[in-house]
Amino acid sequence: MDLLVIVVVLLVVVALVAAPLRRRSTAVEEDAARAELEAARDAKYREIRDAELDHRTGKLSEADWRRMDRALRAEAVEILQRLDELNGSGTSTAAG
Amino acid sequence: MLVAGQGCLILALGVCLYGIGASLYGVRTGRREWVASGRRAVYGLAGTAAVAFVILEAAFLRSDFSFALVTSHSSTTTPTFYRATAVWSSQEGSLLLWLLLLSLWSSLILFATRRRLREIAPYATAVLLGLGAFFAALLVFLESPFDRTIGPLPAEGVGLNPLLRHPSMMIHPPMLYSGYTLFAVPFAFAVGALVARRLNADWIRSTRPFTLGAWFFLGVGIVLGARWSYSELGWGGYWAWDPVENASLMPWLTGTAFLHSVMIQEKRGMLKVWNVSLVLATGVLAILGTFLVRSGILDSIHAFGASTLGVPFLALIAVMIAGSVFLVASRAGELRSAHRLDSLLSREAIFLLNNLVLVLLCVAIWWGTFFPLIAEAFTGRRASIGPPWFDRFTVPLTLVLVLLSGIGPLIAWRRATAANLRRNFLAPIGVGASALVVALLLGAGSQPDALVMFVLAGFVVGGMSQELVRGVRARRVMAREPVPLAVVSLVRRNRRRYGGYTVHVGMALLFVGIAASSSFADERDVELVPGRSATVGGYEIEYVRPTAELVAAPNGRLERIDFGAQLRVSKDGSVTTMRTERSFFPSAGPMLGPVSRFFEGEATSEVALDAGLREDVWASVAPDTRRLALRIEEGDRVFSEADDAGALPARERDVLLAEALRGLVRSYTDNPPPATFRLLVSPMVTWIWIGAIVVFLGALIALWPSPRTVGRRVTAAYTARVGREARVPA
Amino acid sequence: MDPARKRTVRLVVALSAAVVLASALVYTSFSASSEARSPSQLVDAAEPGKTYQLTGKVVPGYERSGTVTEFRVRDRAGNVSVPVRYEGVLPDPFRADREVIVDVRKEGDVFVGEKDSLVTKCPSKFTAEET
Repeated sequence: MDLLVIVVVLLVVVALVAAPLRRRSTAVEEDAARAELEAARDAKYREIRDAELDHRTGKLSEADWRRMDRALRAEAVEILQRLDELNGSGTSTAAG
Repeated sequence: MLVAGQGCLILALGVCLYGIGASLYGVRTGRREWVASGRRAVYGLAGTAAVAFVILEAAFLRSDFSFALVTSHSSTTTPTFYRATAVWSSQEGSLLLWLLLLSLWSSLILFATRRRLREIAPYATAVLLGLGAFFAALLVFLESPFDRTIGPLPAEGVGLNPLLRHPSMMIHPPMLYSGYTLFAVPFAFAVGALVARRLNADWIRSTRPFTLGAWFFLGVGIVLGARWSYSELGWGGYWAWDPVENASLMPWLTGTAFLHSVMIQEKRGMLKVWNVSLVLATGVLAILGTFLVRSGILDSIHAFGASTLGVPFLALIAVMIAGSVFLVASRAGELRSAHRLDSLLSREAIFLLNNLVLVLLCVAIWWGTFFPLIAEAFTGRRASIGPPWFDRFTVPLTLVLVLLSGIGPLIAWRRATAANLRRNFLAPIGVGASALVVALLLGAGSQPDALVMFVLAGFVVGGMSQELVRGVRARRVMAREPVPLAVVSLVRRNRRRYGGYTVHVGMALLFVGIAASSSFADERDVELVPGRSATVGGYEIEYVRPTAELVAAPNGRLERIDFGAQLRVSKDGSVTTMRTERSFFPSAGPMLGPVSRFFEGEATSEVALDAGLREDVWASVAPDTRRLALRIEEGDRVFSEADDAGALPARERDVLLAEALRGLVRSYTDNPPPATFRLLVSPMVTWIWIGAIVVFLGALIALWPSPRTVGRRVTAAYTARVGREARVPA
Repeated sequence: MDPARKRTVRLVVALSAAVVLASALVYTSFSASSEARSPSQLVDAAEPGKTYQLTGKVVPGYERSGTVTEFRVRDRAGNVSVPVRYEGVLPDPFRADREVIVDVRKEGDVFVGEKDSLVTKCPSKFTAEET
């Protein structure tokens, strides 16, 4: 009984760990850069919202907020452009 | 199943070592399949640890006394719930729980980031598996939970320490361990980021839920521990600056600092060195916390461990510290920040101050905790410092901290102007001032520390309310929603912000509770006979009559003797009745007689507590059992003579013993000796628990995943256009 | 001021703040600490007013009146003992020949225990520490 448990656990673990070594897949790796950029984009959006709320609740003066908002949006656009590039290259050269 | 359990642990160790090798090989040679295999080794570790844990848990539930651990930590008289949770009352069981939780959290983060953080994740995997290997090795080589009971199979186990038979004590360790192990995640990713030299905010963003989760669980664990101390230990306090308490508080403090300062790195790219150092220190402190609880190196009411684990833990901590220092020092160039502080009147500056205060608090607590060892090292004599020393540092620092927690949210990033300050601070200061007036009217003027805390708490609550009101107003202008809907959508759209504000309010309430109860409590120790009463905090408390009971477990075995008291509490004509008890659990010591063992073992208090929003009335009793000494002695003698003669069959002996104990119990109520009571009237203790619940609600708001999932797949080009168009607000 | 100089100034300020804090910690902790002593170390050498952490075993025959307990604590291995007066609730396993730790201060001829400082080291099964 004891031995059975050990053997079953051992087999399951070996199968689990060895699976990627047998498959040698590379398909999912493409997503890595995109996921990171999307996370950065969402964070930037949150900052834009944050600044806006700070302005509306009276912590940022109109001029300060305008300046900050412009800078943040420029940064967001940069991220979006990089995302676009990635999408473009992803579709044109699908092999990667 | 002992062999199967041990086998699983050995497998766990093996899979850790394999995973470390595979991850490092994969990332060094760029072979992704090996990295994937290393990541799966973490899942494998989680699986094997879970199987081992289930085997142990099943043994406890079945009361399988062939497990040495079950014999020494459980018994058939232990209720099922406590049998299930007795697993982690033992050294070995809690190390296994640690390993299990570590592997589960590690699996979760590595699964979540499997497509991201390509350079960092393999190193983080190796670090997490390294910690896993350490604990697995402890379990395999030093503290195996799967040791066989030596000698013949015992009929009964020793039982769970009755002091630990309290619901919060059973949830407390898994919470603390979840906190500790979750802090291992940001630690590992920080190491990974340093090794891979990828030091932007990516790893911080990905591990943020885990940092916040660690903070949340550790906080819950700390509060549950305080609650247990208040309602189960017969001294009436909730915090004693005990080494084990301090051990859990220190990583929580640095974790709090980290949660704040990473916002500066995310927004401004500043403070990289500081953040990395903070999170590395938090990871080390989390391991140190486990070490303090488990090694018994410092005297503590709950130093559970024997000292066999000291050396390996010290080695681990030394490696972690040395590695952290080396990594930070060798990457100093890349950690230089892109921006600098614009103004001292900015949220960044407040955050920096808050970080400084939190770290100072942590340093002071660290010093006090390790002072006995430090003093011994320098003077050759053990010495200790008590709570007053801690209070001297922690009270002023906490006051500053609460003040900063009120200022921070009211002040803008980068730079605040005088006009803004006036507009934002007027109302909160007004609330603080009215808190001052109210507190003075209520007679709080005698305690300046508490008074300052009340004012600051008023300021914080006022500030946060103002924020919410203004946010809702802005939201209503934009979306034309009714107020309740506007509140909900405002909070939903800004979870981090309003979650954080809620935490600040909760902390303010919690500190009000602490300040009030520690400054204005009325406490008396009195000796009373039935019919006599004492006055405490305006309440008259009368010892009405003694109670006594012989309690048997559901399976018929004698479990404990309860001696207690019924109390009548009256104030201004309103009368309530309370009961408090002292339970005596038999000791298993072989030298003790069958009757006296009940009075030589562990005893626990059942506290009488009438909790209210204004004040708690708290009482515990210490019955004087000396008057029973003659009867106890006689009982022992009768039974030992009968045993020597071998005249009594076991069943009959049990019946007679029960009868003798019943007689003893009856004599306590028939002829009650005076009992010593601790009576305590403590204002606003309940606000500590309420504040804590508010804090945890706030943390949950901040932790909840953001609802922005629908719009995520809108094409990038479209959002970019929106962004460009929105650049010039209409 | 050039940036390098500014950095040095900042470093000096930070370091001196750290030194001040460290010395505050060291000074206050050593002056507020109570040293662990056995009865034989205390019997002649105790300074009045200073707090000591007394460890030893309870001598049989202690007196209790109301909430005040008077007992003697002797060396773990030895017969030198000192008188202790303790006010408050006694921990349950408080008994003759049990090992106790209590913070005491010398007042006249007796050592007065501080509130809630009395701890009994329980030889029970639950704290089976291998010492």
